[in-house]
Amino acid sequence: MTQTPAMPMHMQRTGFDPVAELARLRGDEGVAPVVTPFGLPAWLVTRAEDVRAVLSDPARFSNATDVPLGDLLELSAEEMARRRAGQLLGLDPPEHTRLRRMLTPEFTVRRIRRLAPRIEEIVDRHLDDLERDGPPADLVPRFALPIPSLVICELLGVPYSERDRFQRLTARQLDLSVPIEERLRLGLESRAFMEEQVARARAEPGDDMLGMLIREHGDELTHDELVGVSLLLLIAGHETTANMLGLGTLALLCHPAQLAAVRDDPAAVEPAVEELLRWLSIVPQGILRTTTTEVTLGGRTIPAGALVAASLVAANRDPALVEDPDRLDITRGALGHLAFGHGVHHCLGAPLARMEMTTAFPALLRRFPRLTLAVPFEEVGFRPHHFIYGLRSLPVTW
Amino acid sequence: MRVAADREVCIGSGNCVYLAPTVFDQDDDEGLVVLLTAEVDPGDAGPVGDAVARCPSGALRVVPD
Repeated sequence: MTQTPAMPMHMQRTGFDPVAELARLRGDEGVAPVVTPFGLPAWLVTRAEDVRAVLSDPARFSNATDVPLGDLLELSAEEMARRRAGQLLGLDPPEHTRLRRMLTPEFTVRRIRRLAPRIEEIVDRHLDDLERDGPPADLVPRFALPIPSLVICELLGVPYSERDRFQRLTARQLDLSVPIEERLRLGLESRAFMEEQVARARAEPGDDMLGMLIREHGDELTHDELVGVSLLLLIAGHETTANMLGLGTLALLCHPAQLAAVRDDPAAVEPAVEELLRWLSIVPQGILRTTTTEVTLGGRTIPAGALVAASLVAANRDPALVEDPDRLDITRGALGHLAFGHGVHHCLGAPLARMEMTTAFPALLRRFPRLTLAVPFEEVGFRPHHFIYGLRSLPVTW
Repeated sequence: MRVAADREVCIGSGNCVYLAPTVFDQDDDEGLVVLLTAEVDPGDAGPVGDAVARCPSGALRVVPD
């Protein structure tokens, strides 16, 4: 068995916050050599300006180079190609552009706004169940995880009855404390799961995203691409928003005046969601990039073929981005946070995530105006070893 | 103030639609940016400037008068 990799400094947290060393590094060097969770050397980029420069330049910072995982991944070239197929985050333009453009019309602001009544209904139903069963309750399995899971299932066309299977597969694959061999096996299992869904949709394409991809792009997409892109949508569609809902609720519980504003003032909700996205930065860094040429970044010269980790959490806490960046302040209003990334890989589902959060947070707080933690803060279960930060549990009462 | 949008570069993030909905929209077929007006009302200059600066793909620019 391979030893569980330790979480490197730049991915560690203390409660909501990145560790102090990350702020020191951003202030002093800006760009510095680090070691990835798999023991590979990489360059960590921490300042907002440099992070934007990396993420907006796919020609020099490529997503499409296989990260050399050495003995950790004994996969044939054919297997690696299958794993990459349809994975938008592992592609550069123009291949990336071709696939992303098939999905762009599905995630416009207008299309997502049409989902509002259904999202409200889903949120209300989960709140009804909580209210009926009475306090205390764990908001992770009762609120934060099921709402985005059900939404993405309906949107994509995956039966919600399969949720236990894909939620477990996803959560464990992204957990660094799970041995790499198991995570690889879970990756294969996830793809087998999605192959079943694609086969079902091919036989009878529904009025959902899988059905749309098969009907409108069936000729241009290989089977592996269709499986890959659907799997990415399913994973990204529930794991990210679920953790924002859990951790975001905890953040508001720790800031009662700001919680009250989100509860009582509809105009406060949208800016609050943007600030929570910035402050929590649940995706600590973008997918590792590989330099295609020698580059100079923050005064450092980085050779061609080097790995670059763009720290979204460091950039979002950069004093050059916002004043007093470590303070949660939902009144900051619109600002250029990097929680959804930047450049051509900017989160495709951002409008959906925003819609889910702007619906769910105020609905929860209005239904249970006296919502409070049911355990001391120290006993709340964070997920310190996850690639996507969040909570294992959030026991509350009302 | 005038603004220009490059649909070849646009990735359809929708950020500009949130920031300045009277100036930017997305079409239904491709989901890419559509300018509702090229001439920006002085009252919208702030949000439009933000949208240009924050556009993830760099598809927007302010055209000098």
